[in-house]
Amino acid sequence: MLKPILRPGKEESMSNLKHFTNGIIKENPTFVLVLGTCPVLAITTTGFNGFGMGMATAMVLVLSNIFISILKNYIPDKVRIAVFITIIATCVSVVELVMKAFTPDLYKALGIFIPLIVVNCLVLGRAEAFAQKKGVFASALDGLGMGIGFTISLTLISIVREILGNGSFFTIPIIPAGAHPMLLFILPPGAFLTFGLLFAVMNALKRKFKI
Amino acid sequence: MESTLKNMILSLSLISMAMAAGLGYVYVLTKGPIEEADKAKEVSAVTEVLPHFDNDPIKQKKEIEGLTFYPATNGGQLVGCAVKTYTTKGFSGRFDLMVGFKPDGTIHKVVVLEQKETPGLGAKMNDPKFRDQFMGKNLATYKLKVKKDGGDVDAISAATISSRAFCDGIQKAYDLYMKNFVKSNSMASVKADSTAGKGGKHE
Repeated sequence: MLKPILRPGKEESMSNLKHFTNGIIKENPTFVLVLGTCPVLAITTTGFNGFGMGMATAMVLVLSNIFISILKNYIPDKVRIAVFITIIATCVSVVELVMKAFTPDLYKALGIFIPLIVVNCLVLGRAEAFAQKKGVFASALDGLGMGIGFTISLTLISIVREILGNGSFFTIPIIPAGAHPMLLFILPPGAFLTFGLLFAVMNALKRKFKI
Repeated sequence: MESTLKNMILSLSLISMAMAAGLGYVYVLTKGPIEEADKAKEVSAVTEVLPHFDNDPIKQKKEIEGLTFYPATNGGQLVGCAVKTYTTKGFSGRFDLMVGFKPDGTIHKVVVLEQKETPGLGAKMNDPKFRDQFMGKNLATYKLKVKKDGGDVDAISAATISSRAFCDGIQKAYDLYMKNFVKSNSMASVKADSTAGKGGKHE
């Protein structure tokens, strides 16, 4: 499962555009790399939550990738993880403060999962596999691409779970009043079911179009 | 960079210091907006649960035994009081409510401030369908207990614990409100009622 992020040699010849699109489809963090699945399962109960969490993670990814790429020549190998985590934790705190100030409702909905972005292995994974080896611009693009890929998959899972489990699409009710949605899908088991089924659909699509 | 002791210590401490400084800067920048956002939340909740008023209840707020009281007046006349209350009996622990009382203790409106109950079950307490049933009810005559416990409250299906906790929060606010703001003869009977309610609760 960790193989794709551990093959830097292949990425050497990639153009900047490829750095960007890489995270969206070919190495989608959720459906291909399977990194950072804790928020994928926990907060995808409504479309807004999924989208908001994806965007918050994307911001952290871009910021931390940029900083780590700038500082890469001043980080001794043996303490690199400690340094990365310091940088990532700072970026998360910054994003947390900004959300608290400007999107308080979203901040309230996501709660503890914002500080937990620090330990999202996607962020550390990109620092280790990409940012510490590549230029600043490429790293920023990689972070943005991975962030968007993560946002898309979170939003996708959230939409499915919200429609099935709550009968609404981005809080707009779409099932007739009085009908009962399948509550299971916004409870934890529904997260696993949705994730697994979407994973299968993605793999089938990938095989069909040979991506 | 080579991993010598000197390098490692220097790099780690310099980067930490720089990051801390940057974080401090962002903290200062966002401090104002965060306070404003918190205050806006407080104001909107207070406004929602009270009838029309023209004073500033936020400025006159008073804290009594952990609850916050926001008295509202219109033209000098007391029109109600918003109470920020809480309960620790929720399915996932504590949650916060804002209850608006009219001067005689009738509930004007209830809103949920902060909660982490199960989505789709307990979290439904913020649906108008559940919380609007308390509008216009006076706890002197209204039995603030779920129907399962012999009261008048329609519990959220499959979320009896959350519904009970919701009642607990309102009861707490009502008792303190009556004790501190309303001098009434029916006090004794209300008190007795609420203690009976607490005794009859099963977790």
